[in-house]
Amino acid sequence: VHLQRVRAPAVLRQLAGALVLLWLVITVTFVLVHLAPGDAAAFLVAPDAPAAEAERVRRTLGLDRPLMVQYARWLADVLRGNLGESFALARPVGSVIREALPVSLGLGSASLALTFLIGVPIGLLQAARRGRALDRVLTVITTTVYAAPSFWLALALVAVFTYGAANWGLPPSLRLPAFGIHTPGAELTGLARVLDVLRHSILPVTILAAVGAAGIARYSRSSVSDILANDFVRTARAKGASNGSVYFRHVLANVLPPLVVLFALALPGVVAGSIFVEVVFAWPGMGRVMYSAILARDYPVVMGTSLAYAALVVSANLAADLVLPIVDPRRRA
Amino acid sequence: MSIGFRGTTLGRVRLTAMERWSSIGLVLLALAVVLVPLFSRADPLAIGDVLSLRLLPPGARDASGSLHLLGTDRFGRDLFVRMMLAGRISLAVGVIGSLLAGALGTFVGAIAAWRGGVDSWARSPRGVAARWTPSAWPSPTRCSPCRGWCCYWCARRSGSRGSARWWSCSSRPAGWAWRAWCAGRCWACSTRAYVDAATALGASSWRVLLRHALPNALGPAIVATTLGVGNAILLESGLSFLGMGIQPPQPSWGNMIAGGRDLIVAAPWVAIAPGSALIVTVLACTLLGDALRDRLAGETGTTLRERV
Repeated sequence: VHLQRVRAPAVLRQLAGALVLLWLVITVTFVLVHLAPGDAAAFLVAPDAPAAEAERVRRTLGLDRPLMVQYARWLADVLRGNLGESFALARPVGSVIREALPVSLGLGSASLALTFLIGVPIGLLQAARRGRALDRVLTVITTTVYAAPSFWLALALVAVFTYGAANWGLPPSLRLPAFGIHTPGAELTGLARVLDVLRHSILPVTILAAVGAAGIARYSRSSVSDILANDFVRTARAKGASNGSVYFRHVLANVLPPLVVLFALALPGVVAGSIFVEVVFAWPGMGRVMYSAILARDYPVVMGTSLAYAALVVSANLAADLVLPIVDPRRRA
Repeated sequence: MSIGFRGTTLGRVRLTAMERWSSIGLVLLALAVVLVPLFSRADPLAIGDVLSLRLLPPGARDASGSLHLLGTDRFGRDLFVRMMLAGRISLAVGVIGSLLAGALGTFVGAIAAWRGGVDSWARSPRGVAARWTPSAWPSPTRCSPCRGWCCYWCARRSGSRGSARWWSCSSRPAGWAWRAWCAGRCWACSTRAYVDAATALGASSWRVLLRHALPNALGPAIVATTLGVGNAILLESGLSFLGMGIQPPQPSWGNMIAGGRDLIVAAPWVAIAPGSALIVTVLACTLLGDALRDRLAGETGTTLRERV
């Protein structure tokens, strides 16, 4: 590990680029969100209320100002660390995000860890047995799971492990819960509470890990196959290297850099990318918050969650750029 | 079957079993989605005698004797006909979106090969993919306003019926365009010697672009386009499932699955039928794309899509 090789100017340059990107993303998002037809006021007043009432709400929320003014105000507030107040929830956006982000991060990091722990070995195994029966069977499985939409898989698992288990007369302790993050009404503490949350997360994590692992397995199969075709692998074999040494010293060293990058890039993806799974399982995370905010035209929440998400993406990119020279000696300038 | 571009002669190509079956499947599906709604007596949108028709199991005949191959939904509409009508939208979204992306990708890829200078602002394809694609933005934010805006625009121009179709076509290409572009660029980076060679032989720059760079950027673009069809279909269905895409009563595989969500125990076929159609279609596109990649693009690796 040669951290000192990372030159400071490069880091600063990347940091500046990241900030510009962040600004660009939130600005475009702001414009797009406000271009969408309908506005929050329409959702906040009764359907039969007079037009003046909607106009009054619009004025209270500051939606009657020109878009540029709204943007400038919002940006100024954000720079002061204030994300504004949700229209629909009447709570500060910051606290909404503080509540939802850990929930999503937990779900995301558990499924991401499983994704790589399952996907990479499967891909390696397939590449090592390329063209044989095992490879074919695994290819069929990974490609099918890769082609299946996660929300549909989620419904299928709920049908089997929640409703099906109930129909087969399994005791409630063996049925997997289909909704929410903990049992409603149960005042659990300590270990019981942790176990309850774990039980609730089995189905969502399974779905996310299965879909992710299928993609990673496909990726590592094709990149390991490409690596195995290289001259240096043949040279290593010719010099009498054992199979394990070929895979763990030569192949792994070459497949690791792209996988590290994929990992960094996938981390923010699982936070908001799990929106489909979060909606099906009523999981109170970022994806669901964003989803309901978009439906309600709750601009401050949409913008706040987008900002959090964009910041995650940008910092993950930055992390990938910084880690890459460490795992890949060729990138050390 | 003979496939050949200028510069890369493939000659007569024997299709593998996988290529053959996935292309046959896609062609049959395309024929079915066009023909079935045309020739069926059942109206896939109208709600008739709900009480006697609703939730008939697959293969059941109703009182009037007509067969419901895949059963009926909660409003008594024939699932098979609805599924085929939905398939029109899905295939149109996938193909049109991906073709637009592919065309743009080929074009930019060819330019990149032609004028290597593009490299200076886009050092690595990964960097470009990560930084400057809209995929850096959360998908619902990205899609909903686009969709809303396009719906609004189309509704003003042509009545609201076709609008859902339009947004889906128009809001998706951006993401894939960049991916196709990257594929084109990766490829362009690796083999730019022929551009130098052609230039050294005195070819004009237009000739280099049209006769050398463009045909050579075609392979990766075809692969990216084929894989993109499946991804576009999947994303459209996901957004429709969330209620942000095609709106009922217009069927889409995504909103049909959403309609079967709370019937998953009482009438599982309502969600299983469109889900299977979705999986089979995306699977066929993916297999075809994989096969084409092995054939045309060499080592471009697999692209990962967003999780839908």
